[in-house]
Amino acid sequence: MSSTALDLLLFAILPYVALVVFLLGTVGRYWNRPFSYSSYSSQFLENRFHFWALVPFHYGILTVLAGHIVAFLVPRGILLWNGQPLRLYILEASALAAGLLTLVGLVAITVRRLGEPKVKIVTSRMDWTVYTLLMLQVVTGVLVAILHPWGSSWFAAAATPYLLSLLTFNPAFSFLTAMPFLVKLHIVNAFVLIGVFPFSRLVHILVVPNPYLWRRPQVVRWYRRPSRQPI
Amino acid sequence: MEVRSQIAMVFHLDKCIGCHTCSIACKNIWTDRKGTEYMWWNNVETKPGTGFPTQWENQDKYSGGWTRTEGGDLRLKSTDKARVVTNIFHHPHQPSMDDYYEPWTYDYQHLFNAPEGQDQPTAIPISMVTGKYLDIKAGPNWDDDLGGSTVYAENDPNLEGLTDEQKGQLSAIERLVFFYFPRICNHCLNPSCVAACPSGALYKRGEDGIVLLDQTRCRGWRSCIAACPYKKVYYNWSTGKSEKCILCFPRLETGQAPACFHSCVGRIRYLGVLLYDASRIEEAAKSNLEDLVEAQRSLILDPNDPAVIAAARESGVHESVIESAQKSPVYQFVKVWKMALPPHIEYRTMPMLFYVPPMAPVMAQRTGGTGDRGGTVDGVSDDLFHDIEQARVPMKFLANLFGAGNEGPVRYALRKQKAVRWYRRMLTVGDVDAATAERMLREADCTPEEADAIYRLTSLCTFDDRFVIPPAHREEAIEMLEDPMEHKQGAGFGFIARPKRGE
Repeated sequence: MSSTALDLLLFAILPYVALVVFLLGTVGRYWNRPFSYSSYSSQFLENRFHFWALVPFHYGILTVLAGHIVAFLVPRGILLWNGQPLRLYILEASALAAGLLTLVGLVAITVRRLGEPKVKIVTSRMDWTVYTLLMLQVVTGVLVAILHPWGSSWFAAAATPYLLSLLTFNPAFSFLTAMPFLVKLHIVNAFVLIGVFPFSRLVHILVVPNPYLWRRPQVVRWYRRPSRQPI
Repeated sequence: MEVRSQIAMVFHLDKCIGCHTCSIACKNIWTDRKGTEYMWWNNVETKPGTGFPTQWENQDKYSGGWTRTEGGDLRLKSTDKARVVTNIFHHPHQPSMDDYYEPWTYDYQHLFNAPEGQDQPTAIPISMVTGKYLDIKAGPNWDDDLGGSTVYAENDPNLEGLTDEQKGQLSAIERLVFFYFPRICNHCLNPSCVAACPSGALYKRGEDGIVLLDQTRCRGWRSCIAACPYKKVYYNWSTGKSEKCILCFPRLETGQAPACFHSCVGRIRYLGVLLYDASRIEEAAKSNLEDLVEAQRSLILDPNDPAVIAAARESGVHESVIESAQKSPVYQFVKVWKMALPPHIEYRTMPMLFYVPPMAPVMAQRTGGTGDRGGTVDGVSDDLFHDIEQARVPMKFLANLFGAGNEGPVRYALRKQKAVRWYRRMLTVGDVDAATAERMLREADCTPEEADAIYRLTSLCTFDDRFVIPPAHREEAIEMLEDPMEHKQGAGFGFIARPKRGE
């Protein structure tokens, strides 16, 4: 297979396959098996190590994800910010710190899953698949940050237009052909993760409790609503 | 006025013999599945004791229930809307399996397969979580009947405020005392579990006030477990969902008493409808500590009052439910006789399970409790109720359990119980003179007619007297022809797919 054909497969076809699988999979699972949507917390089985694993991982990965999204949404803003070297260093250092925090959390999660017999029991094969993919994703991400610096700038120049071209159904993967292997691996693995998402515990991201912030404290359900509205 | 109906309960602690039949009935029906082995939707605790999970009443540890802020507002102790974001990755007030126990079974095959040796083979305990051999450190009812009381009973959070002498007496040999405290979900009027659920999975049924947890909406954030001060919501570690007592609603809807009520050997359990004013719940829950018991009572409406009946009809309460409320034994115990009290009303969840505080043993400190019974049965002093004050269970201990620390409501309930006993003794044994018995009744705010009614509902109550279940009018919704054995070890009613742990 020529390298162009491979690029076409990985950067023009795989993303759409992943996205379709993601949409059909999550909706279908929510529709058919709503019971299976859960965070599958294991804090009940092990309470102490849990804190040092789950908290760094979640805060780290949320920061990193937010960074990717901001760079995609306002590339110009990022480039303007990076205009001054000091600001560029601050941004890059914070991104790397968040990446490392994620990595530390993920390693701790893996150690906890392997080392705590009770937690190990509730870890499914799909959980291990997810942890492997996540580990690959975070490790490549951190390596890219170290080996190919100033990603915040070249993301805006290369990744943003590529992602935008994906969204407009006119995939321009030529933006990526010159990219280093680590970056390509990071991108491909991201699509794989999106494709695996609906069949894994990752679905808990979709059911984060947003209505809670607006609803009233007490919930009452009626089978036959009385004539007058209940208070 | 917004009249709603609530299926409420009374447990008469003076009659509880601590046989745990209720717990077993519940376990066999609802919690014999994987992930629920450790759950006891119904459990019976020995008091003084630390209960299940250990020290559940210690809210410094678990942060359950509500607190009243300086501004007079109610706030959840464990989570609120602001903190749900920071608590969601790791909930700081979460109990873990160590606070309950690791469920186990036994390796019975070892009895047959053990190699020949010098000693008898034993059935070795195996963890029902990991399947590995387990060194059992604790289990449910580990402190039953004061077992290990220096570790458990002496750390009962309800001992707060007792003098050292009283504490010492509670554990002194020949003077020690305990009673049983059976517990299920209280199906509160102001449930903190419902208020804490980030997913809105917990709800109160409008028709009968049963608090349920929607399994398909639960996402396993476990805020309910921390928020419930009674620790009556449990986390199924296998399915990743929380579960709780459902007051056997499939039984109630078909006119049967819940399994724990039905199986109660001591006949201590009563169930009936209360009509209450839902528009005043918040106001009552915000009352001062010393007014809470009375404030909760004031929510309960007289089902015979024409104004209440009219308001109930207007609020959509079914005619048959109003009739049922008029016959409710719970209304008698809680509102008319004021003998049944809510457990730990200071958590401000407005529990709808009430307890008649236990009388026995009324052996006084005065007699030394060693066999010199002179003066306890026929010793009629000017103060007829002196031995209640000097009972082996200190009043303050009961007050911490049933009166938010205030002895008043507990003393009232105990005096009435005692007056009824003496009145009955006058009628049956005849060694108490009528004047004394009547004076006792008068001083206990009781009449001979009321005493008769209390006696009948306490001692001679039939099944139909104890359980006045309103028709649910959902009879058609129940698949009457289904084989109940099909549901054995299932996850309950209404599931289409097997509740296996997700990918």
